[in-house]
Amino acid sequence: MGLTMSSENSGTTTRRSFYSVLINLFGGLIAAVIAIPAGAYLLLKPKNSGADEMVEIADVGTLEIGKPKEVVYFRTRVDGWKSSKEKTTAWVVKNSAGEVIAFDPICTHLGCAYHWEDDQKEFLCPCHTSSFGIDGKVLGGPAPRPLDRYVTKIEGGKLLISPDLQKA
Amino acid sequence: MFKAIWGWLEERTGIPSGIHHFLDEDIPASAGWHQVFGSVALFAFLIQVATGLLLALNFGSTPGEAHASVRYIMTQVTGGALIRGLHHWGSSAMVIVVVLHMVQVSLWGAYKKPREATWMVGCVLLLLTMAFGLSGYLLPWDNKSYWATTVTAKIAALPPVAGPYVARLLGVQGGAIGVVTFARFYTAHIMLLPLVTVLLIGAHLFLVRKHGVTPTPEDAGRPKKKFFPEQVFRDSVAVFVFTMALVLMANFAKVGLGSMADPTDTSFVPRPEWYFLFLFQTLKLFEGPLEVVGAVILPTLGLIALILVPFIDRGAAMRVQKRTVAMALVVFCAIGWAGLTQRAIATTPADAEDPEAGLKPPSLWAQIPAEEVAAVGYFRKDNCARCHVLGRSSLGPDLAREASTKSPDWLLEHFAKPAPDAPDSQLTGAQMKALVTLVTKRDEKGLDAWQSAPIEAVSGAMIFQTRQCFLCHQLNGIGGTVGPPMNGLSSRHTRDWIMGHFGDPKKYVQGSRMPAYKLPQEELAQVTDYLLAIPK
Repeated sequence: MGLTMSSENSGTTTRRSFYSVLINLFGGLIAAVIAIPAGAYLLLKPKNSGADEMVEIADVGTLEIGKPKEVVYFRTRVDGWKSSKEKTTAWVVKNSAGEVIAFDPICTHLGCAYHWEDDQKEFLCPCHTSSFGIDGKVLGGPAPRPLDRYVTKIEGGKLLISPDLQKA
Repeated sequence: MFKAIWGWLEERTGIPSGIHHFLDEDIPASAGWHQVFGSVALFAFLIQVATGLLLALNFGSTPGEAHASVRYIMTQVTGGALIRGLHHWGSSAMVIVVVLHMVQVSLWGAYKKPREATWMVGCVLLLLTMAFGLSGYLLPWDNKSYWATTVTAKIAALPPVAGPYVARLLGVQGGAIGVVTFARFYTAHIMLLPLVTVLLIGAHLFLVRKHGVTPTPEDAGRPKKKFFPEQVFRDSVAVFVFTMALVLMANFAKVGLGSMADPTDTSFVPRPEWYFLFLFQTLKLFEGPLEVVGAVILPTLGLIALILVPFIDRGAAMRVQKRTVAMALVVFCAIGWAGLTQRAIATTPADAEDPEAGLKPPSLWAQIPAEEVAAVGYFRKDNCARCHVLGRSSLGPDLAREASTKSPDWLLEHFAKPAPDAPDSQLTGAQMKALVTLVTKRDEKGLDAWQSAPIEAVSGAMIFQTRQCFLCHQLNGIGGTVGPPMNGLSSRHTRDWIMGHFGDPKKYVQGSRMPAYKLPQEELAQVTDYLLAIPK
């Protein structure tokens, strides 16, 4: 809201509006000088220190084709000014083409931990019986979307996993 | 469109006519640039509120978290250093502006009847400004904050009878400040003081409006003018200049962060914020039982005199040019203040600690026994990394990921002959044992030594071990007590002193029992590097 009122009782309207423009200009500049850093401070991502990007979790050669394996690994979790090593897991699947997929070990329905049923050849979530194929696609149950995948890469025969998820 | 909204607002809330009423206040014809300080002080307070709020959003408000969170704000949050700079310099700027405002009011005699209450409320606002500075000083919880606040708490405990109660109110327990003090200062800083300040600013503004801007004798018979536009324009210019100066300060005068407060480090010489130095110096003029005079009685008398100024000077209003006594008094106070401040700076050197020591993350590797740091050197010396690459598995397992679960005997055998075709180990039995500890314990600190201890420091730790310095000197909890401990050496001696001392201890310390170590220059530098890195 600016100071744009015009004086009703004088012939000095030009002078008043000249001052109004300057006052609004100064006010706007002051607001910008404070608001821009404040916006950056609140909305931009803090510089990350200590968080590992890609963590090596498995030797691709040791993975059996078509047999999902729950791999346990450690990752540095950065939470503001604190960082901690935490144990975490991923379901890793190697397909016949040699591609490796790492699934987030959490069901896409309500976040329960699912497991691999080797007899049925499917991932089964015990909470609400959502089931997923070896490619992560929903086979049954209330799950709204396929299993989430971690961004991975293979370097020198090792599987590296990033903390970022790709949602299907 | 705009007119319609404006009209709607007017009818429903009356805000537009309120603004008109505010802007069309009658002010004396003599009003001018000298009256901008009140507006600037109000704006300075608003900047402190805004930046303080932003800081609080990333602040861990306990002594355990505070320091790390301030480092986080300074080094990781986008714009964090700027916001903290604005808040830090803003507090100094606010003191300056409030004092300039009071000087102007004094020179013009604007506190005279009927404006005594306005002045008195203003005096309390000055006190609140200083209380903000005092309580905020503790919050980064670095050595400077801790020891300066310790002095404050000691002064507060001085007055007879009331002293112990005041100290208890400040959370002093067993003679020392701590978590309770922090909680109270923090609560005062972000809740109590802002609330009281807002109420009193409201009262101050109400009184200013009630009595109007003080006219001068020349104003008699002259037509009044309106607050808008000229005076509003002057205020805007002043506030703009103030903001720009503050932004420049915040950008270019870096605010540091010392090492996290260490209550056991009694060598730290605290110096309060510059606007408290005159009080600090007054305190030093009195000793022994008279200390309370300088610490409490004189400042209290000064404050009472300041509050009572309107009742002391009751003469009729005069033109500012004729108020020579007032001018002389202001000049006298300024000279006295400057003199005390200068003496305080001259007699209390700022502590030698690196003002940015707290901005670097603490080096974990420097906190473990020399033996474990040296083990990293043994690992490298025996070329273990040919098969054990840290951070990924290669020929051998990745020792950074998990601690070795092999038995010590297996490991010792493995170290002696790692692989059928590998060369024999160059390590001694004791060194291999240290290596066993490193790979089996492998905690966060050991891993840090492995991954980020400088090569010189690791070599220094190896020298510390081979020369058996630990027989006499304690380092991170391990070693004898014949000689002084190595922790905190950097705060006791310079690099040159330490390097010279190795070659001829008796020359540096009379009656020293330490034998002379004629180390090659390179080794001397390495072991000194290592020792200087060991924390307090």
